[in-house]
Amino acid sequence: MNEMPNLEQASAMTSSKISAKKVQVYYGDKQAIIDVDIEIQPRSVTAFIGPSGCGKSTFLRTINRMNDTIDICRVEGSIKIDGEDIYDAKVDPVQLRAKVGMVFQKPNPFPKSIYDNVAYGPRIHGMARNKSQLDDIVASSLQKAGLWEEVKNRLDEPGTGMSGGQQQRLCIARAIAVSPEVILMDEPCSALDPIATAKVEELIDELRENYTIVIVTHSMQQAARVSQRTAFFHLGVLVEEGSTQDIFTNPKDKRTQDYITGRFG
Amino acid sequence: MSLFWLVVIVLAIALVGYIAGRARALASAGGDMRDLHSLPVYYGANVAMKAAVPAFLILVLWLLVQPFVVHSNISGMIPESAVGDGSSLGLVMAEVRRTAEGLENAVASGQMTDDFARNARTDFNDITTRLKDAGQIVTSQITQPIMRAAQAYRIMVSNGNFYMSIVVLLAAIAGALWGVRETSAEFRARNTVERGIQVILFSAALIAVLTTLGIVLSLVFNTVEFFRLYPAMDFFFGLTWSPSFSGRGGSSELGILPLLWGTFYISFVALAVAVPVGLFAAVYLSEYASPRVRAVAKPMLEILAGIPTIVYGLFALLTVGPMLLSVFGDNGLGIMKAGTAVMTAGLVMGIMLIPFVSSLSDDIINAVPQAMRDGSYGLGATKSETVKQVILPAALPGIVGAILLAASRAIGETMIVVLGAGAAARLSLNPFEAMTTVTAKIVSQLTGDADFASPVALVAFALGMTLFVVTLGLNIVALYIVRKYREQYD
Repeated sequence: MNEMPNLEQASAMTSSKISAKKVQVYYGDKQAIIDVDIEIQPRSVTAFIGPSGCGKSTFLRTINRMNDTIDICRVEGSIKIDGEDIYDAKVDPVQLRAKVGMVFQKPNPFPKSIYDNVAYGPRIHGMARNKSQLDDIVASSLQKAGLWEEVKNRLDEPGTGMSGGQQQRLCIARAIAVSPEVILMDEPCSALDPIATAKVEELIDELRENYTIVIVTHSMQQAARVSQRTAFFHLGVLVEEGSTQDIFTNPKDKRTQDYITGRFG
Repeated sequence: MSLFWLVVIVLAIALVGYIAGRARALASAGGDMRDLHSLPVYYGANVAMKAAVPAFLILVLWLLVQPFVVHSNISGMIPESAVGDGSSLGLVMAEVRRTAEGLENAVASGQMTDDFARNARTDFNDITTRLKDAGQIVTSQITQPIMRAAQAYRIMVSNGNFYMSIVVLLAAIAGALWGVRETSAEFRARNTVERGIQVILFSAALIAVLTTLGIVLSLVFNTVEFFRLYPAMDFFFGLTWSPSFSGRGGSSELGILPLLWGTFYISFVALAVAVPVGLFAAVYLSEYASPRVRAVAKPMLEILAGIPTIVYGLFALLTVGPMLLSVFGDNGLGIMKAGTAVMTAGLVMGIMLIPFVSSLSDDIINAVPQAMRDGSYGLGATKSETVKQVILPAALPGIVGAILLAASRAIGETMIVVLGAGAAARLSLNPFEAMTTVTAKIVSQLTGDADFASPVALVAFALGMTLFVVTLGLNIVALYIVRKYREQYD
């Protein structure tokens, strides 16, 4: 019986896609993330919830080293993806970001055609040997993003001319096109109306089959709808992490309970 | 009454009106500011505005119109016979004006009585000497018709000034009274002042527009005059530029093509230097440089824009020219004969334009939303890939606008060309040969004794007009592109 916890631990070690240990993030002198430990499961949706300024977006951005683009930002601790430390000196952040895609709060298609938006990543990474292969990547990415039927006849039109919901799904297609393993989403629906939000949520649920998804959201209903696991952040600390059902029906921490029942936040 | 005192008095009336309006408004509310519709200052400002603005508008209009009225009246007085051979009505009128001013100054300095200046009918010798003694400029013997005209001129001007003073003062007083009368607690002074401010701002904008119009018109009139003396076909399509200053320009060949060629050639060299260097500097400053480097480097680069162009000209003449000559001259490759050449002027002009291109491009690159960069980095693109594929295409219309503005600056540049490119009008492909530009030739046509009746001098206006049309066209295209770009992100 003594072996049981060990086995469980071992299986958790091997099965988790992203494993963060003692992560600290500083903006200049200010500490934004304090001692965060989290295991993120592959092929599932993990939601980060918490009040504004709690550090959930900051933590999300450490997973693909987007914080490197901010001069004063400093990260300590270890984050491993598939057992490899992404803050190791050997790791090229540019390559990492191809593996860990990101979708932003506001849809940000490039001022290019729909086709060029999706083809952008495959082109810079040299993923297609010829034009027809590139066409295939673009088409399959748009299909996976549920946008193909709407845009297949107007791939030459600018991506900026679409509706907000379509733009966000285009950004998801753009991220899928470089075949990432992890997709990070930073409040992907906050700029969308309810119908577009429903479509994106449906898409996230479908993408779960092939990708590990981490989503930051302000909407607890959204976290409950799309995620399997939920992590609650407060003041830079990871307060509680567990299955979504447990967090919403049976929170262990008082702060989590107060937040999900709407007492603050 | 001199103009200065007139302005002072109108301002004084406005000040008195301000105080009176403010006091009356407060009095009408029983001294309680809260019962007024507007703050007390607005009532004062309303009166002051009504006193000063119409008065000054009348003053300005009167000053603009009076010379035309006087001129047309007086020139009718001059008989045909007074306009001698080889002279013109314009020259005689200039003489009349000088004489009238001479009389006025002589009276003002007490060397002539007003009565004498008005009524002298005979003995023009005496008057000429007396004017000369009074230190006035009199070019030739004053003849009877000129004297008559000058006397009439002087009287008309002084009468005009007198009536102008009366009308302006009446307008100021009437405006002040009107403003004070309508002042009461219910009067919406705040809204009236707002409208008044709008009028003042509008007239400021109007002045800028009218000045442009005036410049264009003065160019147009002289250009038309030039084309009356010199065939337009020869001007626009002539391949030779050789003005002959003797013989009233009869044997001059005034073809603009060599000059335009020089202008565009030098501008092309300048842009070939300025656009890549400026653009790369802008990309470095906005995308790569740390805030500390940027804080130092950007102002340093912009200092270049503050150097007077004549200093650049000296740099071309004394440094760049000899340097090029040592490489491409007789001791080197042997394709350059003198320090002044298209290359010399073009290189230096390119350096001058770097801050133009970099500063404007930097602003435009910074205006590209951060979300675009994030999107690109998030897909695993490097910085230079992001710049090349996302930022420059997004900023391209604005950058093109910046380049066109720099181009119109290059085309209009004069001093660097005068000192760096030489003065020979030549159609040649060799960038190490001396050439000259439209602007440099405008300078050389108009410096020295310019006779504005000959095509050799008037051609300057036609050159200026051509240049104006070219740069205006470039500016319109640039503004159009920049505006189109703005619509994308706002």
